[in-house]
Amino acid sequence: MADLLRLENVSKVYSHGIINAHSTIALRNFSLTLKEDEPTILTVAGESGSGKTTLAMLLLGFITASAGQIIYRGKNIASLHGAEKMAYRREVQAVFQDPFAVFNPFYPVDHLLTVPIKRFGLAKSKADARNKMEEALTAVGLRPEDILGRFPHQLSGGQRQRINVARALLLKPRLLIADEPVSMVDASLRATILETLRNLQRDHGVSIIYITHDLTTAYHIAKSIIVLYRGSVMEAGDVDRVITDPQHPYTQLLVDSIPWPNLDQRWGAQPIKAREAGGSNDGCRFRSRCPMAMEICKEDPPLFRIDERHAASCFLHEKRPEIAKAALSELLPV
Amino acid sequence: MNEMLATAPARPSAGLGPRHAAGDGPILRVSNLEVTYYTDSGRAKALDDVSFTLNSGEKLGMVGESGSGKSTLALAMMRMIKAPGRIEGGSVVVGGGDLMALDAEDMRKARLSRIAYIPQGAMNSLNPVMRIGAQMIDAVKSHLPREGRAAIEARCKRALQSVDLDAGVFRMYAHELSGGMKQRVCIAIGILLDPHVIIADEPTSALDVVTQRQVMETIDNVQKAINAAVILIGHDMGLMAQFVDKVAVMYAGRLVEVSTVREMFTDPKHPYSRALISSLPSLGNKGVFQGIPGLAPSLLRLPSGCAFHPRCESAMPHCSTIRPQQQVLPGGRRVTCHLYDGEA
Repeated sequence: MADLLRLENVSKVYSHGIINAHSTIALRNFSLTLKEDEPTILTVAGESGSGKTTLAMLLLGFITASAGQIIYRGKNIASLHGAEKMAYRREVQAVFQDPFAVFNPFYPVDHLLTVPIKRFGLAKSKADARNKMEEALTAVGLRPEDILGRFPHQLSGGQRQRINVARALLLKPRLLIADEPVSMVDASLRATILETLRNLQRDHGVSIIYITHDLTTAYHIAKSIIVLYRGSVMEAGDVDRVITDPQHPYTQLLVDSIPWPNLDQRWGAQPIKAREAGGSNDGCRFRSRCPMAMEICKEDPPLFRIDERHAASCFLHEKRPEIAKAALSELLPV
Repeated sequence: MNEMLATAPARPSAGLGPRHAAGDGPILRVSNLEVTYYTDSGRAKALDDVSFTLNSGEKLGMVGESGSGKSTLALAMMRMIKAPGRIEGGSVVVGGGDLMALDAEDMRKARLSRIAYIPQGAMNSLNPVMRIGAQMIDAVKSHLPREGRAAIEARCKRALQSVDLDAGVFRMYAHELSGGMKQRVCIAIGILLDPHVIIADEPTSALDVVTQRQVMETIDNVQKAINAAVILIGHDMGLMAQFVDKVAVMYAGRLVEVSTVREMFTDPKHPYSRALISSLPSLGNKGVFQGIPGLAPSLLRLPSGCAFHPRCESAMPHCSTIRPQQQVLPGGRRVTCHLYDGEA
């Protein structure tokens, strides 16, 4: 079975300063494999600064990895050229956080759809292009006659975000990177957009990497989850197990802080330690905030297997079998 | 009315100690508040006959879709509506005095000392080229011109302390702080003068869950310390469930329901509240996505009768012609819906 996407020990380091160079490790030894014929929805979760957007930028080819390689359908994306690069650009699509910023206010929203059609030569004639646009808009639950010819300011945030999904769909992608697609949309419209994304995966066979800090929506849409903290994987596995029975103290803190709309399920009472500005670059990244920190946490914790679909990178579980970071994907259900 | 104005309580003089409201009645009474925006394409009634009350120490959640008038309500209560918007009528009585009756100078004094506003997006509300301390001192000085420098500084540092920030933040600039810290600075500024009412407009919409919990816990603590009434504006029902005592639901500029948080989550009355509650994700119903069908109406072209009737599951023939009035149900819940005609 061919791999759609394979990340091999990918790291990204941002450095600044010439004399006293500071470096920030935004992503550390990250490995992941997505299979070509098993479309899935994978959530990458974490708070600001966890490296989740860096991961999105790497996958979209906007920045290059400092170490490791990203293999898309057998080719390293750093060495793609010409037609291959165009194919990659078409097959890997993105939906970004802000549905307001991606539109040019001077053009009707059609512009967002006609440009990719022209750029990638997707349509033979104007009528064909129009059909394709209408098809894509219908697929995301919009009525084309309500949308085409309108200007961005005439549409709601939810409508605009669905046009973004329609644009991605138009290009028949294999992989969709959704970076916080619903965090700026009204709660009542979130359900519709998430459902659109899920239908995309189910009916159109698109794999989705859903990047978010919101574990509630992650739980509802994804099959598997990877929790990042300051560039390192803290916990990964089946989304049900990770969220209902988190094993890493960081995931426990995250899950404990979800404001569930349920009066009988209160916020945790555990006090939160403030995040240190710098933090150490070795050992467990979470140890300065961890209520269970031990002496051994100064070393890098490997991934320990909790069960066949769940692993945590924490020495609290050191009695469990260790697994290689590169084998992480085998744990994730599709 | 004039009597009430005359007995408006003096500004509390010092410190962040517990304080009791003057009298027993509600500390905040908003009655028939109306705001209209006069735009080129017509008149948009952004607030239509909004009335509610709030007691000291109570927390009210104000929920609704974008464009439902939540932020307009906050700005109207602060009297910060700008042209083309205009407050057309109604009163906002805080601790006995009607804010709408004040002249511009008295209103300036009332802001922050009687009613404080914590804006949405704290990232953009701090001055990037002034130290945090200088901004706080500015705020106090403009209200208490005769207070000495040392007393003002002590007051500011107490406020920072009460939001769990280090006193060192006083000397820092906004860019040296994280998003959560900036939001807490805004809260500290909001409580500098022990206001009776604090309005927090989506204070955590840009923050991640852990920081969000910290910020909400901070608001909770300072609110208890000064016994203020809090209005939390937002659209996250989960956050409301964790934080507020009462929930008010807005739709197209009107308050359609005001209930205690428990009533709202167990037995929502208005069909729109029902749809809101059933669209919520929870641990139990994984993978069920139920949005609210249809779109929020444009304020320029509101449907006739009840503005919600085109999207309403229980719409009756007269819903499209007769505008429902707010009714107080037995038990004190307020609902604006024809389903409850005759029950009040």
